[in-house]
Amino acid sequence: MWFFTEEQKALQKVCRDFATKEIAPHAEKHDNDETFNIEAFKKMGELGLLGITADPEYGGAGLGATEATIVMEEFGKACAGLTLSYLAHSMLCVNNISTNASEEQKAKWLPKLCTGEHIGCMGMSEPGYGSDAVGMQTKAVLKGDHYEITGNKMWITNAQYADVIYLYARTGENKKDLSTFILDKNTEGYSVSKEIHKMGMRGSPTGELSFDKAKVPVSGRVGEEGDSISHMMKNLDLERITISGISLGIAQACLDQCIKYVGERKQFGKNLANFQMIQKMVSEMDAETAMMRHFLYSTCREYDLGVQDAAQAARVKLQLPKMVTKIALDAIQIHGGYGYSREFPLERYMRDNKLMEIGAGTNEVMIMIIAKNILNEALGK
Amino acid sequence: MSDLHKELEVQIAKYCEGQIWPVAEEHDEKGIFKKELYQGLGNLGLCGMTLPSQFGGAELNYTDLCFVLGVIARYSVSYAVTLSVSTMVQSILEEYGTEEQKAKYLPPLTSGREIGAFSLSESHSGSDAANLKTTAKKTDDGFVLNGSKMWVTSGGVAQTYIVMARTGDETAKGISAFIVEDGMEGFSYGKKEKKMGWRSSPTRELIFNNCLVPEENLLAVEGMGFNIAMSALNKGRITIGAIGVGLAESALNHAASYALEREQFGKAIFNFQGLQFMIADCATEVEASRYLVQKAAENYDNNIADVKLAAMAKLKATDTAMKVTTDAVQILGGVGYTAEYPVERFMRDAKVLQIVEGTNQIQRLVIGREIKKELS
Repeated sequence: MWFFTEEQKALQKVCRDFATKEIAPHAEKHDNDETFNIEAFKKMGELGLLGITADPEYGGAGLGATEATIVMEEFGKACAGLTLSYLAHSMLCVNNISTNASEEQKAKWLPKLCTGEHIGCMGMSEPGYGSDAVGMQTKAVLKGDHYEITGNKMWITNAQYADVIYLYARTGENKKDLSTFILDKNTEGYSVSKEIHKMGMRGSPTGELSFDKAKVPVSGRVGEEGDSISHMMKNLDLERITISGISLGIAQACLDQCIKYVGERKQFGKNLANFQMIQKMVSEMDAETAMMRHFLYSTCREYDLGVQDAAQAARVKLQLPKMVTKIALDAIQIHGGYGYSREFPLERYMRDNKLMEIGAGTNEVMIMIIAKNILNEALGK
Repeated sequence: MSDLHKELEVQIAKYCEGQIWPVAEEHDEKGIFKKELYQGLGNLGLCGMTLPSQFGGAELNYTDLCFVLGVIARYSVSYAVTLSVSTMVQSILEEYGTEEQKAKYLPPLTSGREIGAFSLSESHSGSDAANLKTTAKKTDDGFVLNGSKMWVTSGGVAQTYIVMARTGDETAKGISAFIVEDGMEGFSYGKKEKKMGWRSSPTRELIFNNCLVPEENLLAVEGMGFNIAMSALNKGRITIGAIGVGLAESALNHAASYALEREQFGKAIFNFQGLQFMIADCATEVEASRYLVQKAAENYDNNIADVKLAAMAKLKATDTAMKVTTDAVQILGGVGYTAEYPVERFMRDAKVLQIVEGTNQIQRLVIGREIKKELS
């Protein structure tokens, strides 16, 4: 992007080199076996990326949305699954703690999360509460100096590997009476109850968390009771913007692979690149990728300048994943039988990207958010 | 719906729900094909539907075959495709084979005891099929085949292969069709493809290394291969369309049923306009595709050669399958993305329907060519 600083360009290069060397060569295997590239994940700590937005005082890099998105794009190009785990750790867990927790809590949890000694996750969705997450039923009941937490959290990225859980639970009867907690995996009454097998993002572990009267000290509560909605509001925009970087990375990977293939593959005596139908698909892919890149990084820039705009974050999260599913499907189509086989990465790109339309708020939820914002006045009438 | 179709639907549903559906997810994950499950379809009389009764066929028509494939595809695209390709092989044998060839090869195929496979594509000739390189050199003892064939559906599990190889010049007229049997000397299987979908239907490479095929295994005459392949694909297109319709229909049923049960924000998500309109659009596309495929099959049954309509049926029905299965995953959300629900498998199975039996780009070429012919 034209406005990237020298530091941002250097970060991009570091991430690209790391992804090429440490992530891409193993992506197919982890997808096939549904395993987690924990070695590469830990090395991200050495690069200083695991606490990218966290305060340097606690081991973070103190950077913003633009830098986090650069990482997502570069890693997303190589292995979207591992990048999703990186996002769950660095954005959903670390950034949430960094933004909302007390100095004491930050000092306790962040250093090890930033080095990669600890892996983090976030517990929001439940089996019956996905899009309607605020309706969650996991309960935290105050018992003197601690809370007893009971319930289940579903579709939790990093569940099986997480040492630290950033958790939302109900502490009152009103819909918005939700409170935030931080706990570690050794908490009594906490367990990972189920591993979830997925269509894509198979290099990212997903599980269900169980809380059976899990005992969390009052000191593990973030802020006051009932603060969760304001905690979420401070983080969701950043999550939606940065996660869209994964889709951008997938789009770029599709485009690069298609350009290579249509220059090599011959049918009817000429390169596929000569056929207008192929030119249309590749050119549209290119135009859409360029458009998404400008849209996404401009939004990052605004965010880093302090502009708070939930509708804009939702626009990004609606448009990028949706366009990239189409791009990935076309990329398979251009490669024909090869595109459908697991020898080429295209079908993985498609399977991985489909999640982007569902996770971190479905397309439908993004539509609700945009509508609420742009139709606010009209809806009042 | 005719009484025959009603009866078939009940029987197939019973068989698929009892035998195929319970293992479909596991077999998809592990890439398992079960010969017994295919044989079960044969026991229902479905494996040689359009063939004459003297060879064990059911003497039904193409419309009936398309109907049956659609019903099977609601449960398993992999088994529907195995059946579709094996039936195509039988149609080729019936149309171009000698009496001896028919008597020898058809009965085990119509009964479902054996499976037929069709082999045209090679690593460098996919859409440009006439450019194939596998050679068949005529000798005193028969034809000697050399080369390899790619993306062969049922490769390794089929016994009877129709193989296209070059006996003459480098044009389409230099291609001949052969019947090759599993186990012939010099004929072996190469790598099994790891695929996005159709994972219960093995796709494999065929390798010919000085494989001697007796002269009596030549189909029709030398140089007829490409014509045979193209006429088979014209029919194959319609059946792939039928499979697309069955798959889309099934995805839609799962998604709509789920939307009626699943509550968010205090009401069934079906009642949100965003989802309801998505479901309405999908249902409309499914019906449009169904009628197009039916019409193409009817034309075929009435000996009306309509290449354009067959291409349109394949194009529309498979694009619909892709769209509807993708939307179905979206409607089911997080659970749709997991292997606990079938819709993510449906979506993976749908994609290759847009690629096989002529990619959808090739269908558009065919449609364009036919429109041009009509107007000039």
